[in-house]
Amino acid sequence: MEKHITLPLTEELAKTLKAGDSVYVTGTIYTSRDAGHKRMCEALARGEELPFDPTDATIYYVGPTPAKPGQVIGSAGPTTSGRMDAYAPTMMSVGARGMIGKGARLPEVIDAMKKYSGVYFGAIGGAGALLAKCIKSAELIAYEDLGAEALRKLYVEDMPLVVIIDSEGNNLYEEGKAAYLASKK
Amino acid sequence: MREINVSQITDVVEKLCIEANQHLPEDVKCAIKNCRACEDWDIAQGVLDKIIENYEIADSQCVPICQDTGMACVFLEIGQDVHLVGGNLSEAVDEGVRRGYDKGYLRKSVVGDPVRRGNTGDNTPAMLYTEIVPGDQVKITVGPKGFGSENMSAIRMFKPSAGLQGIKDFIIETVETAGPNPCPPMVVGVGIGGTFDKAALLAKKALMRPIDSSHPDPFYADLEVEMLEKINQLGIGPQGFGGKTTAIGLNIETLPTHIAGMPCAININCHVTRHKSEVI
Repeated sequence: MEKHITLPLTEELAKTLKAGDSVYVTGTIYTSRDAGHKRMCEALARGEELPFDPTDATIYYVGPTPAKPGQVIGSAGPTTSGRMDAYAPTMMSVGARGMIGKGARLPEVIDAMKKYSGVYFGAIGGAGALLAKCIKSAELIAYEDLGAEALRKLYVEDMPLVVIIDSEGNNLYEEGKAAYLASKK
Repeated sequence: MREINVSQITDVVEKLCIEANQHLPEDVKCAIKNCRACEDWDIAQGVLDKIIENYEIADSQCVPICQDTGMACVFLEIGQDVHLVGGNLSEAVDEGVRRGYDKGYLRKSVVGDPVRRGNTGDNTPAMLYTEIVPGDQVKITVGPKGFGSENMSAIRMFKPSAGLQGIKDFIIETVETAGPNPCPPMVVGVGIGGTFDKAALLAKKALMRPIDSSHPDPFYADLEVEMLEKINQLGIGPQGFGGKTTAIGLNIETLPTHIAGMPCAININCHVTRHKSEVI
């Protein structure tokens, strides 16, 4: 099903999204990869605040290329989400409900998604030039020393995503493959 | 003896780093389009359309196809009648990578130490391979390699008794394990034979070969066709969302090996399989 949604990703909105939905997302998202997640989780462990308000937030697992003159951002497709599995339950526990990436997640992440009504969106891996077109503004907000891995605040318009795992734990990676194979029998 | 100044190699490496990251090779584009024409699953068609739109944007606007502009794998085939002058060859290649990744607005994705990490800030060092060949020319190939797919690669030292079936099962097992992680549709590079290290290098070289080419030995050429067909019956599909197009190409490279062994390495690449060559 094709849907157009506007962030923030409230619990109510999250529950309307189902695995396999094609979703065009508009609103503010935050970028972070392994190194940024490690720092954020260490900050939380020390009782410190995050560089952004995690309530109903969506995090895009991306390390963009540098912007050419005149560009908002360079190419910006998703990185492999599994590397953030160690940190994702902690991020969801403080309210960060949405994740954008690509690739499989561990059962403990899916359990946390069910507990906190999380949603895992897939962006097309390798389509960095196309996805950059949806990013209308980009602002560096923390961890500048991490370069491509620094934490950025983005505003996106009609970003083309697919719900891979929904808040009930339904998983497109399993269901899509099974449905395709069943159609060939 | 022909003298070539290493500064010429720097210039070519710089250019190839930028061009390889912005323009997908024609054989890869062609394979993606052919797969789109044969794809009968709705969500898979949509993904392949966006993948085509993406490389067209990269082509027309000269921007990186993918944000993972990779580690710079550089292959030099140096003619034995060439005398390289003007400095250190490895440093000249690294300088080309440094300039290319800076001028091309490419991402710097290399850490200086594998355990303690720390970005080198200029995407060096290159992963450099040199080979001495007949002649008085230098062929330079740059293949930027992303790590979403590199991380899903595998190597196994088979007993000879495992035979052809062992290799076939290993290819399928590796692709199934990779699943959605390496940004399918994938290109699969298979290296069989040699030693532990040579098998891995063969697998990487298999990814540098045009995907519309075949192994010169009909036995392996047939195996390439058979395994690509089998992979495309797994149902993983583009991005792992389900569908026919799990891989757009599979190349096999082989070498003689020891009586006691049958090494097999599988190097996985994504649909952004980049490589560009130039001869000096």
